[in-house]
Amino acid sequence: MALVALHNLSKSFQRDSQRITVFDGLDLEFAEGSFTALMGPSGSGKSTLLNLVAGLDRPTSGTVTVAGAEVSAMGPGSLAQWRSRHVGFVFQSYNLLPVLTAYQNIELPLLLTRLSKAERHDHVMAALGVVGLTDRAEHFPRQLSGGQEQRAAIARAVVSDPTIILLDEPTGQLDAKSAAEILALLQRLNGEFHKTIIMVTHDPHAAQAAGTVLHLDKGVLTA
Amino acid sequence: MKFLPLVWANLTRHKRRTVLTTLSVALALFLFASLRSVVTTLRAGADVGSESRMIVQSAKAIVFFLPRSYKERLAAVPGVAAVTWADWFGGVYQDPKNFFASFAADAESYLELYKTDLELPADQKATFLRERTACVVGKRLMDKFGWRLGQDITLKGTIFQGDWTFTIRGVYRAVDPSFSEDALVFHYEVIYERYPQWVNPGWYVLRLKEPSLAPRVAAAVDSMFKNSADPTKTGTERAFNANFMTMWGNVSFLMNSIGMAVVFAILLVAANSMMLSARERTNEVGVLKTVGFTDRLLFGLVMVEASTIALGGAVLGLGAAKALYRPTGFSAMGFLPGFDVTNGTLAMGLGLAVLLALASGLVPAAGAARLSAVQALRHVE
Repeated sequence: MALVALHNLSKSFQRDSQRITVFDGLDLEFAEGSFTALMGPSGSGKSTLLNLVAGLDRPTSGTVTVAGAEVSAMGPGSLAQWRSRHVGFVFQSYNLLPVLTAYQNIELPLLLTRLSKAERHDHVMAALGVVGLTDRAEHFPRQLSGGQEQRAAIARAVVSDPTIILLDEPTGQLDAKSAAEILALLQRLNGEFHKTIIMVTHDPHAAQAAGTVLHLDKGVLTA
Repeated sequence: MKFLPLVWANLTRHKRRTVLTTLSVALALFLFASLRSVVTTLRAGADVGSESRMIVQSAKAIVFFLPRSYKERLAAVPGVAAVTWADWFGGVYQDPKNFFASFAADAESYLELYKTDLELPADQKATFLRERTACVVGKRLMDKFGWRLGQDITLKGTIFQGDWTFTIRGVYRAVDPSFSEDALVFHYEVIYERYPQWVNPGWYVLRLKEPSLAPRVAAAVDSMFKNSADPTKTGTERAFNANFMTMWGNVSFLMNSIGMAVVFAILLVAANSMMLSARERTNEVGVLKTVGFTDRLLFGLVMVEASTIALGGAVLGLGAAKALYRPTGFSAMGFLPGFDVTNGTLAMGLGLAVLLALASGLVPAAGAARLSAVQALRHVE
């Protein structure tokens, strides 16, 4: 059964006097527990698709449904709350808050829940354990390597046990060794913890880690 | 409470900037409290004085003398219980900057008339009245110059030229804090011996048998001298003080207008700094929105930051003003006795801090709330 369903999805932007159409009637589904890599050239709509699934952006028309909830119909307030419970998002440039420690960065999504401080602590330590950063909990982002920062970002994405993990070029700024570690971690999250993962990447080697690879070109699936 | 570490982390992101911004707000509100306190103290000064005492001054202007012969005639006016007089001496101690209020007075009647406002030990009073070159000094003035009882001090006359040496025989305390403790009073006879033609009352003070007699006494006194060479103008001491304070009217206006302009200039700089700080974090707003922070929550967090700086500055600035002036007995060389930051001024200062928090926090807070996560993330990338 599809966890994520995009139906008749259209998305266009107005840039100055030009109207740019990214998607025009796209239909796409992602199965629960799948690990999908989205590939394609720049401007093909990969990141836009990720933003639409995460509810960060709204479709011009069509629907986005995640775990039975129509994301595209939600208001801003309920969308933010839905996102905090169902979406873990990982950026290419990590985007950890520089003024917070790894622990505090990972704790951020949990601040939006009703968990007690002790419960939040347990969750954060568990997430740090999964990504292998237990000994870096009190380090600030500037004190971590790129690979460690991305692992902390992944821990932040999974700490609230979201329905789906979305990654936008997660290995784009990493060296080969760190990238391999991240990909192995993602495979573990998918295989061991049955997380549904959608990963945008330019890197064919990174795409190989996913069970399914989709190619987008000018908003159209090509393979 | 659980978001406090996030707020604190953002506040301490640029420690120096946060400290300087807070200090700017503190300085602005310290200035505000100080300047406004000048105005409120001047206004309070108008309320000092007894309704049962009247001041008789020259109808021409306060700088003109009245004849000493008026004393007996005033004492004979129905309703008048006692009369005294004094004149402004205007001496300085050692250096022109050591300027304070000093009066040549008809000593015995002066102390008698002000006995309810001044506390002077009986033995000191007796000694003072016995010695022609003696003086009594306010406690705060004694402390300021480190003088001691029995010490000889020499004042340089600015109106009555020459050096004038007095022996301190009494130290008075003001019963009402609004009554100046920064003054020196001596026997007018000291000047009379050197300048007999110059020493005359600058003003008379009358004690009434009853405050309700004031209008009748004023009318009687002024009509008595109406056709003389030295006509009088009589009013209650409170009215006299209020009239005196109106001469500060322009000063009050300047204090209010220039002071407020300076305060707002500093507050604008502080507000700009706070807005800059928020603008720098647009990308992080996008990250927090992606994590699930609602627009309302982000709005609140930015407002809490702005409020912390503004109110922190207010506590520092207003607290410093409150702590500095009253305990140190600041009185602007005796011209602003009882100088203090009133609760009203503190409330206005806090109001300004709240306005600053709103002015500096609303724009970035609304911006953070309004911006979409995608736009915010694109801001840096």
